[in-house]
Amino acid sequence: MRQLLTPSGDLVGEAPFGLDLCVRLYRAMVVARSYDRKCVALQKQGRLATYAPFEGQEAAQIGSAAALEPDDWMVATYRDAAAMWAQGYPMELLVAGRTGDERGGSPPDHVNVLPPSITVGGHMVHAVGLAWAERLQGSSRIAITYFGDGATSEGDFHEALNFAGVYGVGCVFFCQNNGWAISMPRSAQTASETIAQKAIAYGMPGVQVDGNDLFAVYEVTRQAVERARAGEGPTLIEAVTYRLGPHTTSDDPGRYRDAGEVEEWRRRDPLERVRIFLSERGRWDPEWQAEVEEKAAREVERAVELAESLPPPAPGDVFGGMFESPPRHLREQQATLELYRAAGEG
Amino acid sequence: MPILNLAQALNQALFQALEKWDDVMVLGEDVGRTGGVFRVTDGLWERFGPERVVDTPVAESGIVGVGLGLAVGGMRPVVELQFMGFSYPALDQIINHVSRIRNRSRHRFTAPMVIRIPYGGGIGAAEHHSESMEAIYGHIPGLKVVVPSRPADAKGLLLAAIQDPDPVVFCEPIRLYRAVREEVAEEVYVTPLGEAAVEREGDDVTVVSWGAMMRECREAADAAAEAGISVELVDLRTLVPLDVDTVTESVRKTGRAVIVHEAPRTGGFGAEVMAQIFERCLYDLEGPVVRVTGWDTVFPLKRGEHLYLPDVGRVLSGIRRALEG
Repeated sequence: MRQLLTPSGDLVGEAPFGLDLCVRLYRAMVVARSYDRKCVALQKQGRLATYAPFEGQEAAQIGSAAALEPDDWMVATYRDAAAMWAQGYPMELLVAGRTGDERGGSPPDHVNVLPPSITVGGHMVHAVGLAWAERLQGSSRIAITYFGDGATSEGDFHEALNFAGVYGVGCVFFCQNNGWAISMPRSAQTASETIAQKAIAYGMPGVQVDGNDLFAVYEVTRQAVERARAGEGPTLIEAVTYRLGPHTTSDDPGRYRDAGEVEEWRRRDPLERVRIFLSERGRWDPEWQAEVEEKAAREVERAVELAESLPPPAPGDVFGGMFESPPRHLREQQATLELYRAAGEG
Repeated sequence: MPILNLAQALNQALFQALEKWDDVMVLGEDVGRTGGVFRVTDGLWERFGPERVVDTPVAESGIVGVGLGLAVGGMRPVVELQFMGFSYPALDQIINHVSRIRNRSRHRFTAPMVIRIPYGGGIGAAEHHSESMEAIYGHIPGLKVVVPSRPADAKGLLLAAIQDPDPVVFCEPIRLYRAVREEVAEEVYVTPLGEAAVEREGDDVTVVSWGAMMRECREAADAAAEAGISVELVDLRTLVPLDVDTVTESVRKTGRAVIVHEAPRTGGFGAEVMAQIFERCLYDLEGPVVRVTGWDTVFPLKRGEHLYLPDVGRVLSGIRRALEG
């Protein structure tokens, strides 16, 4: 398993980036954690729909997204808000999506990040098609897709890797093996020793990396991205990480896993080791941390305000999203709803 | 004008689309080197090459899902699923992604793609090769569903589907691929989606059908005419969006209706057509609307398929029942 920065903050290889980028990515991880905890809190207050927290996976998401160009495609899951945000997806739209508003699924034109779907595993094939489309159009854009250890049991995982291998498209498969698929441990999900080794079956390289190591995640993703961009084909990355929280806010992990295991992973916190690394190089102190956290909280607060200030959706939003122009049956159904609402309000 | 059968007309549409628009590509199992199991893509691979006419691994979900990615990424894929019975592994992609990406992203990402699905029985094929499950696709919000019954329409509808900004499920009647021939204009043209055709005018009874069953309906209308019954024959051509006006105008005129499809009866698309007639012109009816359909059984294998498929006699008997009612 590739590792560059140990849980105690020791650099055991060459840093893949300079201190400035390291600081920037550390800040991003702080923002991500702040966003995640805020969303959990908002859900408890009934202001968000079910939320799938990613605490513990910040290095996997921020480190991998940092290896992309700003216009590369990203096709991720409901647990990947940090990666999506890092790739330019406006935070207020991420929050809006979680308040239960489809407008959260519509990023600005320059952001090539698909809104996540909630079914597991069906999205990876889309990334393959996107990467392929770019190559056919003579572009060097690549695609990255995120998924969990549970998704590797889905048939579409196989079909996605198989298509990517057959056509050699520039797609990076980024698995966050966070140990648990709701209540199923990774060991019960697949008899494979690693998820990375599944790459062999599809004729592509597979790399296992310490997913809580920002440095190593960045390095292996960078290599996979460069490979994809150079037309050398897809790569499967297995980032070994841990979901410190529940599957979603509706789940009680106490029913299926030991608190001791969680505590053990807390000691491998992805932020902590970078903090030590920066501190030892004179780039971190408690005042600066407080300032970074405060700034992060403000950014998250602003996103929540924007999301919650969206006016409620109108009937036209519900019917108007289905086709480029609504056919007659949808226009009729919208008129029926509007008539009913008008009668109720009148 | 050249006379083409339905498969040739579809082939010409694909050829012209590939020639005219750089973003069109054709994908599917065996669509390249062999030209497809029904030869609908014959000659395309030789002319346009393996980058645009792509033989894929045997993976329907992957074909449709990768096709969706291609579509979002700026291409216009026309994917082929070999038989309707083989299309079900792709239903997750079609229901959960293809039909929803526009809504999920509020128009930011769209899926201008065509999913071609040969369908229907009567060719003595193995299990799964005779399915007529168009109602499943018609029930999915966000899809358009097209079912041509004749060569000239097939070409125009396929060209319209390829240019449509939204995903279209294009059901091709296997039994008619080589059984109907007619003049097909050589130039590129479109037959608009969502428009039914009154194929022949009549006064006594309206027969509504689509796709493969149109052939039995035509023959039944001929036989009825000999018996002095004047049939107005409506070919829906597109199931979604449904051209309700053409159907109801005809029913208002004749006061009687027969709906014919080879799909199973319960929840078949005929039920939707019937409901539309009841909602919009119940008081113009002079008798109950009659359905002539396949049964709610698995489609029988070769030796029993004549027991399942509506034939000319069953359509004619339906017409008589509608007139008696």
